[in-house]
Amino acid sequence: MTTDQPGCTASELLAVMSARLLRDGQVVFAGVGIPLLAATLAQRLHAPGLTILFEGGVIGAFIEPGQLPPSTNEQRCTRRANMVLSSTDVLLLLQRGYVDIGFMGGAQIDQYGNLNSSFIGDPQHPATRLPGTGGGNDIASLTQMIVAMKHEKRRFVNRVDFVTSPGFLSGADTRREAGLTAGGMYRVVTDLGIFGFEEHSKEMQIRALHRGVSADDVQANTGFELLVAKDLEITDPPSEHELAALRHLDPDRLYTA
Amino acid sequence: MSLDEAAMLVPDGASVGIGGSTLSRTPMAMIWALIRASRKDLFCARGISSTEGELLFASGTSRHIVTSWFSQGIVWGVSRIMRSYTETGRARFEEWSHLAIGLRFRAGAMGVPFLPMRSMMGSDVIAQLPDAKLIDCPFTGERLVLVPALNPDFALIHVQRCDAYGNAQIDGLPFLDIDLAMAANRVIVTTERIVSNEQIRRAPDQTKIPFLAVDAVVEARFGCAPHECYGEYEPLFEHLDSYAAQIRQDPDKGAHDYLDRYFYDPKSWTEYLDRLGLEELLDARRRGTSIYDD
Repeated sequence: MTTDQPGCTASELLAVMSARLLRDGQVVFAGVGIPLLAATLAQRLHAPGLTILFEGGVIGAFIEPGQLPPSTNEQRCTRRANMVLSSTDVLLLLQRGYVDIGFMGGAQIDQYGNLNSSFIGDPQHPATRLPGTGGGNDIASLTQMIVAMKHEKRRFVNRVDFVTSPGFLSGADTRREAGLTAGGMYRVVTDLGIFGFEEHSKEMQIRALHRGVSADDVQANTGFELLVAKDLEITDPPSEHELAALRHLDPDRLYTA
Repeated sequence: MSLDEAAMLVPDGASVGIGGSTLSRTPMAMIWALIRASRKDLFCARGISSTEGELLFASGTSRHIVTSWFSQGIVWGVSRIMRSYTETGRARFEEWSHLAIGLRFRAGAMGVPFLPMRSMMGSDVIAQLPDAKLIDCPFTGERLVLVPALNPDFALIHVQRCDAYGNAQIDGLPFLDIDLAMAANRVIVTTERIVSNEQIRRAPDQTKIPFLAVDAVVEARFGCAPHECYGEYEPLFEHLDSYAAQIRQDPDKGAHDYLDRYFYDPKSWTEYLDRLGLEELLDARRRGTSIYDD
């Protein structure tokens, strides 16, 4: 199915929908791409007091319109920040519990919210070697996570080929049993809907659908059986105001092509 | 000391920690010199690896890189060179989390054999790493991961200013460089400018690496190009785009042609910069220094 809503691209839809999940006053650890853009959008719209952290070593970033960085390690990430510090020390803020939300993209995800960005196929003889974890494993291990990614059957698989960044591992209490006492997957935002995880089994469930998308559409694009929340919602489409603010931030469509 | 002289300090097979991260404060001039000197089998470690890692693989200078993320940068997609070398077993990309690499350098800098941490548990990343150990904390009983100190033979670090003794001042993001410098057994600093010791002493709070740790200082203007150096120049995006296009077309031939044109053929670092082009260098410089504009 086509994932473009009228008047915006799938990437723009992801950015707007995930920006809405961020609250003023939160501390968010954002990865490059849609997460950086969505966090910056939230900061410009409804969450001016959102504190954005970057893995390069930044606390309190304010990205300038049209000056999006190619990673979270360039000087563009430090504009008007409160502090720069080492990558080790900014990542340790996660471990010490200073971060409310980790926010990343994803290449492949499974029913328990485990993310793979390392290997497609057998890790010993991979069909594709992907770029790897970066700080993704640290963020997913240590705090509550929002993941923004395109919804495709090959990306939403029953079991990831490799757990790069842990979600709820094998579900139920297995994450805690592995030693990960904090955090876990909170929301997955896609171009079809918004997903959470069932309280006990930790299986992925549809919480909201974007307008014009049915639960059957979502299931048809997913490689495992999705639960459906009792109070399933329909999201409001991106407003002109949200899209205008987003396009002002990324006029060259570096992240939102 | 010259780049060539500094390259002579590093023998084949040495372990080398590389400063900076992704496209930032990459010690490109020193990597350029090591590749030109035909170093072999360097064991390399860096927080995040970009084109310098690709060129270390493609030139045969390294066949083993420890890093957390390895590609030119997200906007250019997955590295074709990294894929080509690792998928055929010609080289190894040993993946640790970014925090794990940071704490391995920090343990090395602290003079202790390991540090405990709370990430990586339950993932397949740690399952691939026999050197990371799970323990139950002797004080609290909690499950923790121990990561071993990484004390490379050499650290290669590029800074904005350094005096002749090795007092190095870093502007902007320090990445893992301070721990890396203190962890390494020998440190080669390349710098945009060699300044006087008096100038260093006027702003000692900006000195991030003490002369005690530093073994060699080399002045290399635009020493990170085509990557960025905070407050000095941003990445040379047009060059990086054309590099990516060349690699996408044919990873092996593209990399070898690139190495010939930019690494092996130029007679000097200045000629390398000349090939990058004055127009792009000045544009990168204008963007780089603009970080200090209001």
